[in-house]
Parts: sequence; structure tokens; C-alpha cells
Amino acid sequence: MTYALEISGLEKTYKGGFQALKGIDLTVEQGDFFALLGPNGAGKSTSIGVITSLVNKTGGKVKVFGYDIDTDLEKAKSFIGLVPQEFNFSQFEPLVNILVNQAGYYGLSKSVAIQRAEKYLKQLELWDKRDEPARSLSGGMKRRLMIARALMHEPQMLILDEPTAGVDIELRRSMWDFLKALNEQGITIILTTHYLEEAEMLCRNIAIIDGGEIVEDTSMKKLLAQLDVETFVLDLQVNLTLSTLTQFAEQSKSIAYRVIDDHTLEVDLNKSQNLNQIFEQLNTANIEVLSMRNKSNRLEALFVSLINKKSSTTKAKHQSAVVGVN
Amino acid sequence: MNNSIALKSILTKEIQRFTRIWVQTLVPPAITISLYFVIFGSLIGSRIGEMGGFDYMSFIVPGLIMMSVITNSYSNVASSFFSAKWQRNVEEMLVAPVPNWVIVAGYVGGGMCRGILVGLIVTLVSLLFVDIQLHNIWVIIATVTLTSATFALGGLINAIFANSFDDISIIPTFILTPLTYLGGVFYSISLLPEFWQGVSQVNPIVYMVNAFRYGFLGISDVSLVTAFSVIIFFIVTLFTIAMVLISKGIGLRS
Repeated sequence: MTYALEISGLEKTYKGGFQALKGIDLTVEQGDFFALLGPNGAGKSTSIGVITSLVNKTGGKVKVFGYDIDTDLEKAKSFIGLVPQEFNFSQFEPLVNILVNQAGYYGLSKSVAIQRAEKYLKQLELWDKRDEPARSLSGGMKRRLMIARALMHEPQMLILDEPTAGVDIELRRSMWDFLKALNEQGITIILTTHYLEEAEMLCRNIAIIDGGEIVEDTSMKKLLAQLDVETFVLDLQVNLTLSTLTQFAEQSKSIAYRVIDDHTLEVDLNKSQNLNQIFEQLNTANIEVLSMRNKSNRLEALFVSLINKKSSTTKAKHQSAVVGVN
Repeated sequence: MNNSIALKSILTKEIQRFTRIWVQTLVPPAITISLYFVIFGSLIGSRIGEMGGFDYMSFIVPGLIMMSVITNSYSNVASSFFSAKWQRNVEEMLVAPVPNWVIVAGYVGGGMCRGILVGLIVTLVSLLFVDIQLHNIWVIIATVTLTSATFALGGLINAIFANSFDDISIIPTFILTPLTYLGGVFYSISLLPEFWQGVSQVNPIVYMVNAFRYGFLGISDVSLVTAFSVIIFFIVTLFTIAMVLISKGIGLRS
């Protein structure tokens, strides 16, 4: 089977000696919606830079739809649409020119380019601005312009590097719908984001990169299944009293909970427990729940634990190395 | 992949860029050249008398046109390519399957278009001051085309290495302008002492100005074969350097 993206032993050491990628291996299947997550400086943008040939790798192999970027770079590039993290279009050119020129770089005729520019500017609600210079757009519009530009040659793989950074929630949601629709059409999407809720909602598979190494590479479902404890915040109908609390405490000895204030409880739920049990016990104690939410995003909890685990392993290795030297 | 469409896209973008800002790109050379004609041609030129068998005004016209072509071909590519680096929209081409030669040809072509267009404007302005003679139109066309290509390539290499806007003005100020002024625009190098005539032989602009002047007046301080050989040598060398730099991603890829 040909993967949309196949990376093996990818290394990048910058001129100053900083090793941004330490031999990463990664595969993304065709049609996948894939999240590449990691803290700042983890190597996400460097990986994307290498895949799109904006960064020269120092080792390893990258194949895009089976085409090796070392031997078939131009063919590999034709499969990729890139939405970079930073705005990288001419601020002085009108939107329609930016899109038509971009299509031209992929060998599309002007008539096809104009049709597509109209299609994507309309889909991304930028058609009214088509003749205005790009510098006059708001931040959210500029992000949408970069998505339109990346789609002009109708790529089979779209790479988005933090596409919703600094975008308001309404616009972010409309972008999610747009990306989901693209993925349903069969376009492979690779997404990096700091909004873990976004990754959890959109992506089927996920890799977490930290310090230039892949620390997790699995499906979203499997990753979330690793979560041992989930914390729920319960907003209560009436004030908690000492008697209701005592009654609840007696019945729910196996449940860890914290009283946040007289209207709010936090409950930790582990894998062996279920919400029905908790509600049963709350009911018996005459505690009525108005609403309930996750305290933090589930993926966020896992992300933090994985990054912390990596960090403590690195520290331990460093300490043992220091001891060894001494 | 249709490379001709990619080339046309870069070229169109470049032409749109300098025509969009025509007040900055096309008008100043016309004003500058008018001043040269008034000061060096009418005021001072009338006291100089003849040079190379022609009145001074007619003698300096080809050199002045060539000076505008050189400056504009160079600065167009230097500023446009550096702006594309600075705004990072050069990445639009780098992520696309555009061969490196198309990028070079597109930018150089844009610089040549501006250089030649400015050359035409300056020629039209000069008609207000002097009757222009035509000795060999093909030599004029060949010289202006090859010279603009040479300096557009030079501007591209400058922009590839440049890290700031200051870096794209250093070479024109400290190298290009002195070479042009010492390139026989205002005088025949045969007037120089023998030693300085020898030094002038290493200045490529001497060959360009003289070949161009031959096209208009039929006189030249150097042979046409030597002149075209020198220009072609520079084009091949600069094109090779530009291709190597872009292929390696110098100043473009980290």
C-alpha cells in the first residue's frame, strides 16, 4: 500500500548544531486526518519544512505518495498543499492574483486558475475581497486566504501548520467544518495545532513529537483509551450542605471528589467506574446536577503526561550520564 | 507539469509588480536622463565639442540609455526577489513543482522587461534633445537584451545573499555606479592614458556601452566580437552561479 506520507530516520541538524529532528519515523495513510502535536520547538514545523522542501534535511527519507523527495521532488511536491504557520504571501497583491499565480506555478492554465480562484474564494467567504491587496485582510481572512491558495492545484494531501492560531471560535468552527468536508472528499490532511480540542475533534490518528523525537504514534481512540482518570466538573442546582455532603461521602467511598465551592463538585472517574454510579449516589444524597463538563480536554491530559514522561526520562538519562562521567 | 505556464506566471507577476508602482520604477529614469541631457548635453556638452567624430550629445546618448537599462534590470530583480524573501512569498514557488531554471528565468525575464522598457522610455526622452542615428538595429537589440540579462542575473544573486534592504543597495552604490561611470558612458576610453585604457579592459560595462554605441553611431573602442564574447561569458557564469545557489537553497532554505 502506498502511504500518503512515509518518513524514515528523518534528521535535521541546523548550522548552529541544534538537532531539531533525531531520526523520526512516521507514516500517514491516504485519506487520513492526522494530527502532529508537540510543544513549541518540538520539531513539528521543521518536519513540515522538510516534507515541503523548505528545509534541507540532514538525514533520512521522505516519500510523498510513493515519490521520494530526493529523486522525484517535483512529483512529490505536486501532491502537497501547504498552509504555513506564518503569513507568506505578498501583502501588496490582490487576492485573486495571489491565487491565479499560485495555480500557474503548478502548471494550471489561466482559465482553470480563475475558475478555481472564484470557487475557493467563495467557499472561504473571501470573494468580496478578491480585488483588494492582501494586507487589507483581517488575521482570520489571511488564514483563509492561505487555505484557498493551498487548494488551488487541488492537492491530495493538505498540510496545515497551526491554521487556527489567533482565529476566533466562530471562524475556527467554520474552518473545522471546511476541513472535515475536504477530508470526506478523500484529501489526506495533516494538522499541527495547539488547540488539542481541535485535534481530538478532527483527527483519527495522531503523533506526538517532543525534542525531535516521536513519543507517541497511534490512533486517537487508542490514545484516549490510555487515559486512566477523567475529571468532571459538576454544577449543582442547590447549595451543598454538610448533611448532603456527609451522605454523599458515606455512599461514594470509592469515588474521589473535591468540593470547589457550595455549587460545584469535581469528580475523578477512573476506568472501572461509570457516570451512572456517580449519578445514582448523587441522587440518593439529594444532590441535583445542573450541568457537567470535562475539567480539561482529555487529549490535553494525555499530552501533558506524555511530554512530562519524556522530559523526566531525558533528565534521568542526563543525570546517569553525568554520574557515569564522574 | 507545464513549465511554460509557471514561467509565464512568474513573468506576469514581475511585470505587474513594476507597472503597478510605475511612479517609482518608470518615471525616475526619464527624469534623471532629462537632467543628464540638460547638464551634460546642452550646458557642458556644447563646450566640449566633438567626441569620436560626433557632437557630445549624440555621443553620450547610447551610454545613458545603457546606464538606465543596467540600473533598472539590476534593481528590479534585486528588490523584487529580496522582497519575496522578506515577505516569505518566495515559498509559494519553492513548495510548488517549479524547476529552479524557471525561477531564475522568470525573475531575470522580469528584470529584462523593466530594463528594456526603461531603455525605450529613455530613448523617447532623448529624442526631445537630439536626433538619434541608427547604424545597426540588430546590434542594438542584441546588446540591450544581453546586457539586461547580465545585470538581472547580477541582481538576483545579490538578492539571494542579501539579508536586509541595505544589502541590495550596497552593490549598486559601490560597484555598479562606479563601473558605469568609468565604463565609457561620457567619454571614449581612447582618451585615457594607456595604463587606464588597460584597466578599463576589465570593466565589462565598457564592452556593453561600446557595442551599444556601435549600434547607434557605428563607432566602438572595442571589437564587437570581443564585446559579445565578454557579455555572453558573464551571462553563462552568472546563470551558473544563480542556479547553484538556488539549487542549494542558499538564503532560501534553512
